[in-house]
Amino acid sequence: MPRSSFLLRQLSFLTRLALFLPGAAGATSLQPDDVALLAGTCFNCHGTNGRSTTAIPGLHGQPEARLRTRMQDFRAGSTAGTTVMTRLMKGYDEVQIDALARWFAQAGDRP
Amino acid sequence: MTPFSRRHFLSALAAGSATLGCPALVRADGAAGRVVVVGGGFGGATAARYLKRLAPHLQVTLVEPAQRFHTCPFSNLYLAGLRSWDSIGHGYDGLRVAGVEVIHAMADDVDSARRTVRLSTGQSLAWDRLVLSPGVDMRWNALEGYDEAAATLAPHAWKAGPQTQLLRRQMEAMGDGGTFVMTIPDNPFRCPPGPYERAAMVAHYFSRHKPRAKILLLDAKDNFSKKALFLQGWKARYGDMIEWIGLSDDGQVTRVDAGQREVLTAFGQKHRADVLNVIPPQKAGVIAERAGIVDASGWVPVKAESFESRQVAGIYALGDATLAAPMPKSAFAANTQAKVAAAAIVAELTGKAAPVPAYANTCYSLIGPGYGISVAGVYQAEAGRIVEVPGSGGVSPLDGSPDFRAAEARYGDSWYAAMTADIWGQPG
Ligand SMILES: Cc1cc2nc3c(=O)[nH]c(=O)nc-3n(C[C@H](O)[C@H](O)[C@H](O)COP(=O)(O)OP(=O)(O)OC[C@H]3O[C@@H](n4cnc5c(N)ncnc54)[C@H](O)[C@@H]3O)c2cc1C
Ligand code: HEC
Repeated sequence: MPRSSFLLRQLSFLTRLALFLPGAAGATSLQPDDVALLAGTCFNCHGTNGRSTTAIPGLHGQPEARLRTRMQDFRAGSTAGTTVMTRLMKGYDEVQIDALARWFAQAGDRP
Repeated sequence: MTPFSRRHFLSALAAGSATLGCPALVRADGAAGRVVVVGGGFGGATAARYLKRLAPHLQVTLVEPAQRFHTCPFSNLYLAGLRSWDSIGHGYDGLRVAGVEVIHAMADDVDSARRTVRLSTGQSLAWDRLVLSPGVDMRWNALEGYDEAAATLAPHAWKAGPQTQLLRRQMEAMGDGGTFVMTIPDNPFRCPPGPYERAAMVAHYFSRHKPRAKILLLDAKDNFSKKALFLQGWKARYGDMIEWIGLSDDGQVTRVDAGQREVLTAFGQKHRADVLNVIPPQKAGVIAERAGIVDASGWVPVKAESFESRQVAGIYALGDATLAAPMPKSAFAANTQAKVAAAAIVAELTGKAAPVPAYANTCYSLIGPGYGISVAGVYQAEAGRIVEVPGSGGVSPLDGSPDFRAAEARYGDSWYAAMTADIWGQPG
């Protein structure tokens, strides 16, 4: 479902007003600040804002669709030769994976 | 405090939808006031940096005695001779460039009614929000005979610094055929896999320099983090050099004689060591007690959503000092907790709702060069408690191939570089 980030923001704002802060578990909507915080859990390995200078691949500015597919595959456990991502991604739901893929894909404007 | 800046307003507009992460207008002008952060380790330095990142106009002061912070992570690799002392030290210039005011002093006392903190320099700092990330302090004498003086003979090396260097010198001075004894406390303590990684790293050093040496681990528990992986890795790399004795086999040490380098177990067995490494029971750093945020357990109860103290409003605590189980007392955990607390503080100061908290952890341990293992977990706040997201995380597979172990060793190095750059590096 293609939607502009502006629209998404309006939608999630309204959702949150209606639902009073849904918890992280099975979150149906995520605010931009929620996604930024979620992305912060990846920086320790992938570099701040996903800019990597190490053997761990960078996420910064990668195509959104590729990031999403990779994460979905990790979550499904269907990636050979993967060390830690299969374990980590089981902790993130579809909505979060979607938002993370978009956040890192659009990280190009961030340093 | 912060004058409204037209330039910021315009640049915020210009940045527009690009700054999806944080609405720039609020970020630039909303959060006024001062946050004082005590402790420039993993939790504190992350908090200071991310407070500034989220709210550039916030006044953020970091109080830390050390000019250079040496990390416990990779201090075991230093013991092994795989890392130089300098390579695990980090200065505070990166934080200064990011706009954090850094004061090298100890925080001696906290007045939570007046909202001030008194420093060892005699200076007093006022705060609107206070963040304490003092790490652990040792419970001296909780293990009979083990006090500060004893630690100069039988180092704990559980804070990276002179203690770590002392332990390395003792390892160097030990004759081949000597015995290295480590005593390991019951939970909770800093870095659950740390003692077992240390055993491997000491074994790595001995295997090169004193191949007839023995390593004896006396443990107050029967189970420990990544146990099966450690037992497998020790055997694969070091044969029978490492012997682990758990609680059921009389592994619990009840008395230490540091002068004689002797320990006594619960059932009265004596063990003599040539090098004695005592990891004693621990508690939250003492400044947390001064601030009145510690409970009877010796640790700090916090709100799962923000890491604000449950006992004193306006004070946040992070990292090893807190009761955050099932999250372990790890550097990685402290870093994600700090990001949550920074976001919660900025939201509060700007009158917004705090973002949904997100926590994670991964602890890499090195068995030897090219042989790494890990444990990972993802956590969230649920009904006021921290819980592990069901089905997430876990340890490296027991049947991992040599390539898998080599990859995890490499990624452990990457983790260290990324993590320390995220905290102490020059802003990008
Ligand atoms: C051997 C070993 C190996 C480890 N390996 C790993 C690893 O591989 N991965 C991992 O994630 N974790 C690891 N850890 C755990 C990690 O070191 C801690 O979890 C982490 O340091 C916790 O961060 P913190 O901010 O709570 O405390 P710290 O990082 O210890 O920071 C506390 C800081 O506060 C300062 N301070 C204390 N009191 C005051 C005061 N009154 N005023 C001013 N400053 C004060 C101290 O000087 C210190 O700099 C390891 C630990 C050990 C011992
Ligand atoms: C503990 C370190 C660590 C953390 C934390 C971590 N990653 Fe990873 N990531 C890796 C490693 C290592 C790989 C390579 C695959 C593997 O071995 O697991 C990887 C690969 C990836 C890839 C594939 C990249 C590519 O170009 O193929 C994506 C996407 C990814 N991670 C996303 C994330 C996101 C999003 C987060 C945060 C929610 C995250 N990772 C957190 C270590 C980490």
